[in-house]
Amino acid sequence: MNTEIIGIIAMFVLTLILAIPLGKYISKVYSGQKTFLDPVFLPIEKLFYKISGIDSKKEMNWKQHMVALVAINVVWFVLGMIILLCQGSLPLNPDNNPSMTPDLAFNTIISFLVNCNLQHYSGETGVSYLSQLFLMFLQFVSAGIGLAAAAVLFNALKERTTETLGNFYNYFIKSCTRILLPISVIVATILLFNGTPMTFEGKQAMTTLQGDSVEVSTGPAAAFTAIKHVGTNGGGFFGTNSAHPLENPNYLTNIVEMIAQMIIPFAMVFALGFYLNRRKLSWMIFGVMTVGFLALTIPTVVTEMNGNPALTQMGIDTTSGATEGKEVRFGAAASGYWSIATTVISTGSVNSMHDSAMPLSGMNQLLAMMINCFYGGCGVGILNFYIFIILAVFISGLMVGRTPEFLGKKIEAREMKIAMIIALLHPFLILVGVALSTAFPEQGASTLNNPGFHGFSEILYEFTSSAANNGSGFEGLGDNNPWWNITTGIVLLLSRFLPIIGPVAIAGILASKKHIPESAGTLKTDTSTFGLMVFAVIFIIAALSFFPSLTLGPIAEYFTLY
Amino acid sequence: MKNYLWIGVKLTLITLVFFAGIYTLFILGIAQMAPNQGKGIMTESNGKKFYSNIGQSFTDAKYFNSRPSAVNYNAAGSGGSNKGPSNPEYLAEVQKRIDTFLIQNPEIKADEIPADMVTASGSGLDPNISVKSAKVQVKRIAKVRNIEEKKLQDLIAQNTEKPLLGLFGPEKINVLQLNIALDKLK
Repeated sequence: MNTEIIGIIAMFVLTLILAIPLGKYISKVYSGQKTFLDPVFLPIEKLFYKISGIDSKKEMNWKQHMVALVAINVVWFVLGMIILLCQGSLPLNPDNNPSMTPDLAFNTIISFLVNCNLQHYSGETGVSYLSQLFLMFLQFVSAGIGLAAAAVLFNALKERTTETLGNFYNYFIKSCTRILLPISVIVATILLFNGTPMTFEGKQAMTTLQGDSVEVSTGPAAAFTAIKHVGTNGGGFFGTNSAHPLENPNYLTNIVEMIAQMIIPFAMVFALGFYLNRRKLSWMIFGVMTVGFLALTIPTVVTEMNGNPALTQMGIDTTSGATEGKEVRFGAAASGYWSIATTVISTGSVNSMHDSAMPLSGMNQLLAMMINCFYGGCGVGILNFYIFIILAVFISGLMVGRTPEFLGKKIEAREMKIAMIIALLHPFLILVGVALSTAFPEQGASTLNNPGFHGFSEILYEFTSSAANNGSGFEGLGDNNPWWNITTGIVLLLSRFLPIIGPVAIAGILASKKHIPESAGTLKTDTSTFGLMVFAVIFIIAALSFFPSLTLGPIAEYFTLY
Repeated sequence: MKNYLWIGVKLTLITLVFFAGIYTLFILGIAQMAPNQGKGIMTESNGKKFYSNIGQSFTDAKYFNSRPSAVNYNAAGSGGSNKGPSNPEYLAEVQKRIDTFLIQNPEIKADEIPADMVTASGSGLDPNISVKSAKVQVKRIAKVRNIEEKKLQDLIAQNTEKPLLGLFGPEKINVLQLNIALDKLK
């Protein structure tokens, strides 16, 4: 078989094999059981709690959890704005990069705060090393926030009646120290030994073999690139992200970075099963997610490997696939695979330029972000999926005439209202943003890099990526101006915090309700029939909300090419 | 809320020291054991040092040429063309590259030109070309340098990087290594 195909199968299988034990470990961390890393991290965590005056044993209800979550994000926002607005005059700036404009700083801080990393700047020229380190800090803690919120959900799903759901700071700190940090250290080490730089020297001059003078940007990239993937953040150290030969030097690092970004989203699904002692439920969720992922991945890989028909028509040899915007060392298959993996989970790092992908691939990348719960980002993926479970429970309950229950809790009007608002928020933010940008051509159309249908796709992609907190882009778009910085900034904020607060609120309300033991009349939620139901709900919501906009962009472009 | 904000400030300061400071220093420490102290892997030739992973612009007829680049191989930045697959302007540019290639390599027919030779990479700094892209340039280089084609074919074979473990990913050629070897060929 083709080595490119074997390469991507290996990436998927390896991730799965590693994710199951990691899931078990994560479930132990959140349930407070002993783990082998306790001796290392217990003293560090105690120090954190002592300095901050936190009682990590104090139980919180869901509202207190959410207040604590929002409060600490406010602190990060203020501190980050100060650093980016003043970076030109602060230390660790060997390349003398200037301070950011207020609108760019606003967009940048928000996008790192919400685990998106949209990046309307280029790493080599837009930020100092100090800013890079602060952004890297946000990559740790924003992923930690997502995981902590998921841990609250896990706690709320236990079979009992309670108001209190553990301590927020306890979940948050442990997510950062015991889950994100160790994996990041391993990944950074592998990257270092394969040529990713880790230095504080500025740009280096180099004369090429042919005699041209060029400069080479380096920097503390290895530490940054590791957490960017482990935390499903996706913000590149260099402008072209993991397509850059220093950020992703070879096929081995490509495999490692791919596993690094998918492993926690995979593991969280298994962690849920271990935590609640409901392995079958885990496999139902994982099954639905995987079917969705493969349905998007396979056509994309095939399309990219077949190449651009417009180039084939020119009579050249396109057997190596659609090579525009792709690196030879990864090839078309691994680039196509990466483009879907990074969009189903909310990483948004790229190893090829999505703007130059084939129309069908572009559509699948968009769909992956529009659905936003096939695996999903660190912690938030499972929160998004939970909303769809609630909807599916309700709809199937109505269909077969049973009271809608999930894990022994009755779902009533209030929870359904929250679930519907969250499910509709995503298409609302995307489509309103796209409509506004299209209605004012001096803001939207004038910033495009491509004409026609593909240009529309650039606008659609930017808002979809923002609303999914993804951070990848059709990067041809000239997005560093007040219009794009401010509108996407607002979309980012709303689409991060409401979809965290919503599911946690539902889970919190359900947890305080009376527990109803399972009986013959209970709708079984860990069966493949129910899985099919969830899949149908996801498909209908995504297809109905987004099909018209996809028709105007990638689908129309498809018919001009083929 | 006020209490939560104050806890947030203190927790931010200590975690900032830990994750932006200690983690960075720890990785920097490991970097000292990595090749070239983590400053990037270098290749040396005739006393000149090059970043092995950073692609270089090779446009001379006597060298194996590298792929087109949207940033002209200046690694102070990086970037792809970001042109969509149906963009007429882009397709015209590719056609122009094909025509230029055919003029520079008169013995080659269009269907022998691999797509990567006439399309820009994602980073604009791609250090590699496909094996086919090297082979398609053999006739030209043999003529310019007055070397037997067989020798160049062997050189390409020696410099072909196999898939990882022989199993995963595409075969490829590092253009810089190949051209350094080419310069040393007698």
